[in-house]
Amino acid sequence: MSDVPLDQSATRWAGKSDAETAEADLNFGNVPPASERDQDDPDVRAGQEARLRHVWAEPKGWRYWSAVNNTEVGLWYTATSFAFMLFAGVLGLMMRVQLSAPDNDFLTASFYNQVYTLHGTVMMFLFAVPIFEAVAIILLPQMLGARDLPFPRLSAFGYWCFLIGGVFVCGSIFFGAAPEGGWFMYPPLTTQERFSPGYGPDIWLLGLSFIEVASIAAAVELIVGTLKCRPPGMRLNLMPLYAWYVLVVAGMILFAFPPLIAGDILFELERLFNWPFFDPERGGDPMLWQHLFWIFGHPEVYIVFLPAIALLAMIIPTFARRPIVGYSFIVLAAVGTGFLSFGLWVHHMFATGLPAISLGFFSAASEAVAIPTAVQIFVFLATLLAGRVIYSVPMLFVSGALAIFVIGGLTGVMVALAPFDWQAHDTYFVVAHLHYVLLGGMLFPVVAGVYYYWPMMGGRRLSDKLGKIAFWLMFIGFNTAFLPMHWSGLIGMPRRVWTYPADIGLELPNLISSIGAFIFAAGFVTVVWDVLRPRKGEPYAERNTWNAGTLEWLAEVPDEAWGVRSVPIVTSRYPLWQQKNFMADVDMGRYYMPDAEEGMRETMVTSVLDAEPLQCLRVPGPTFMTMWAAIFLGAVFILATFHLWTLTLITAVFAVAAILVWLWRGTAMQPEKAEKDVGLGLKLPLYKSGPQSVGWWAMFITMTGDATAFVSLIFGYFFYFTVSPVFPPPMMAGEEIGPGVLWPLVALGLFAASWLAALLARNTNSKGAVGTARLLMGGGVVLSLAASAAILWGPYVTGLIPTVHVYPATVWVLAIWTACHGTAGALMLAYCLARSLAGRMTPTHDIDIVNVALYWHFMAGTALFTVATIALFPLAV
Amino acid sequence: MAIRNKTRDNLWTLITTPTIWAVHFVLSYGSVAYGCAPNENIFQGIGGYRIFVGGLTVVALGAIGFLFFRALGEWRRNGGRIPHEEDSVEVRERFLEFSTVLLAGLSFIAVLYTALPAAMMVDCR
Repeated sequence: MSDVPLDQSATRWAGKSDAETAEADLNFGNVPPASERDQDDPDVRAGQEARLRHVWAEPKGWRYWSAVNNTEVGLWYTATSFAFMLFAGVLGLMMRVQLSAPDNDFLTASFYNQVYTLHGTVMMFLFAVPIFEAVAIILLPQMLGARDLPFPRLSAFGYWCFLIGGVFVCGSIFFGAAPEGGWFMYPPLTTQERFSPGYGPDIWLLGLSFIEVASIAAAVELIVGTLKCRPPGMRLNLMPLYAWYVLVVAGMILFAFPPLIAGDILFELERLFNWPFFDPERGGDPMLWQHLFWIFGHPEVYIVFLPAIALLAMIIPTFARRPIVGYSFIVLAAVGTGFLSFGLWVHHMFATGLPAISLGFFSAASEAVAIPTAVQIFVFLATLLAGRVIYSVPMLFVSGALAIFVIGGLTGVMVALAPFDWQAHDTYFVVAHLHYVLLGGMLFPVVAGVYYYWPMMGGRRLSDKLGKIAFWLMFIGFNTAFLPMHWSGLIGMPRRVWTYPADIGLELPNLISSIGAFIFAAGFVTVVWDVLRPRKGEPYAERNTWNAGTLEWLAEVPDEAWGVRSVPIVTSRYPLWQQKNFMADVDMGRYYMPDAEEGMRETMVTSVLDAEPLQCLRVPGPTFMTMWAAIFLGAVFILATFHLWTLTLITAVFAVAAILVWLWRGTAMQPEKAEKDVGLGLKLPLYKSGPQSVGWWAMFITMTGDATAFVSLIFGYFFYFTVSPVFPPPMMAGEEIGPGVLWPLVALGLFAASWLAALLARNTNSKGAVGTARLLMGGGVVLSLAASAAILWGPYVTGLIPTVHVYPATVWVLAIWTACHGTAGALMLAYCLARSLAGRMTPTHDIDIVNVALYWHFMAGTALFTVATIALFPLAV
Repeated sequence: MAIRNKTRDNLWTLITTPTIWAVHFVLSYGSVAYGCAPNENIFQGIGGYRIFVGGLTVVALGAIGFLFFRALGEWRRNGGRIPHEEDSVEVRERFLEFSTVLLAGLSFIAVLYTALPAAMMVDCR
């Protein structure tokens, strides 16, 4: 790169906006290749900037809501998460008012149940997890020097799902219809009408299942973003630590959320159709729900904690004025925690009467996870000790976070010991522990992140004075509120009681807790005020206001929509500190992709290990279609809650149609030319299919999550096999038990045939035999529909009735799962056929069929495991 | 992908050792839970399952130890040096080797932790 300093005569320094440049002047399609431009010529740069600004501009007026760019979607996502958080915070304060005095009647028992259930549910599902996705959607592309994430419309779809599902769940309390069973919804309390009348549990289940869709969408987006959209040269050892954490956490979501989706399916089938999965009288077992919930629920704690710690890993080096000490140790900690956190789930079930040796395994893993967790804390302390620390409001919140989290971690080590847990289980001691961990490990770091990153998003620094007031109110208020809970818990106060009698020593700790909660709330309101207060007159913060070293601080003030002016070549961990003249070179467009010659939104795709440039990826722009898809899909879930089946089916058809239109118009677009000059003499292809394309990775990752949900259902089958004296049960004397062998094997054969048809269609298409490929796709549609029918026909024809016993219910669930996936596979093949007939899929442009063939690998595996489980396994035992 | 005693590291080799921990964990817990189910006779001995877990532990520790020493050896022989922040394919490889060493160490300890209950408990109580 050159040593020429930044030339400030370029247009953007004159504050021009998109509206000032007429479309005709932009000259789209007639611009010379980037490598031939003289970046030192201000006119060249002005033209480039006008084009980039036009291409990436946010839509105007009401069309603003059709935006899909990560900056807009991330901002909505963050704001919505915080709104839900404030709502849940008010619920928390209501609980503290109710508990401030013995025998209080501020809330009724039933309403109190709704309040604490929603408090936990909203904080976990609508704040703690979504705020990770929200912040990552904003920050990740900036940190990776990318213009956008690879699937901007998927982010937008996820956001609308989250908003609709969240409003639905939260809104229920205004009708007195909110769930009352606690945030983990243990059956049979929640499954049986006599204990839980009304729609509460259905709202919880369907609303949250819908939001889980959004989380998995975000996970796909973030994994592909981290692995494939890094700037050239950013090898794995140079990635910002935040990206490591995002990778680990998104991977965890992929294995943690699907078991809950599987559990939700079983739960909802019991609620809606009386299938007895959790009813012991008919062979079911409520413990299965606890397993599935906590296989999700415990990793979720780390899914919440790690991204917040990731913010610390970005903030601490900036204020310690040095690179992080022990980069590899952070990678160890992130990856190690990610794995070990899946071996902890039973520590929520220590009091359920499992054999001590089972508890022992989970107790051991719960102690082991303290090792990587502590490694991170020591790395941060070492970085602070080795640097020259600048004291600031973000650092104040960082130190508060570390102090609070360490206390929560220590009580965590205590409750990880089964004998101690038996004393403290379901008491306020646990409430204190989990709040110390979650607020210290998540909320305080997130507020630190708000103070740290606000100048980048809002253009101005937040007030130091208000920040300090907010911190001390929050820190003192938090400890006043939650420290006494350890005490009230050890006295014996159970969690979730709506009131308590006088004279058993609980008045004082509860009163102190309630006072502390309001002090804490005052602190948080101060933060909110600081963010929202009008500050038109205040000057903008200077660019890179904290003098940080990572790429996100390239962001211009006020912000430009294009992300980065040019996609830089990275050769260090802290380019702004370690690469000479870096910001000026980026701004002068001396790196890759300094222009939008054809008027298209583009970002760069690179290789996984060493980030070598692979492709110039065209990403789609604004659309309302994602919103429609989310609205219709949301309607499916909401209408199903109220058993309005006809409308549910109609909206389901609309939802599928909306998704198909979205895919048809916005994915696998054929570029007008094969490759493009992206500057510095580099030519990159515009179209890639197969393992090098982002779409293939997205399919692979989505199907990994899908397979996890399927494995959870299979786990359910074998769980019942393990806990039942005889399984399948000898229930129908003289009749065939189970789905038989014939029809499942017929189905397996048909699935295998359609799998072959999909593979051959892919291969013949790429060889140019388009006619054969079309025949194979059409044949595959028929075969897979027939296979789906055959797999259902087995249990139907042998007369398995799912409501009488858990065995037929489990068989039916697996058969239905497989049939649904088979139908989806048929739809995909039909879609490919239509694309081929419409000329949108050709032998060289074959993303669609390559990805569908990948889907069919998973589909074939699903069919094989289903048939082996429901038809062949009973023969073997 | 061993090429003449040299591993080309990637994200999959990085997570091999914690994956071994996970498999060991699932099989240990799964086998004992199966052995004790439906948990009606709590004084039922689990000797066979303990031997199984013991054998599994030896295999897991052996595999993790092998990967640990191989990654460590390659890292040392090729002049690995923290903090691995240079811009080259070699340094990226060293970084992955070193991170593999760290994760192998953690996985080794975690497998030992998992084996402890089986070493100490004799029945389904």
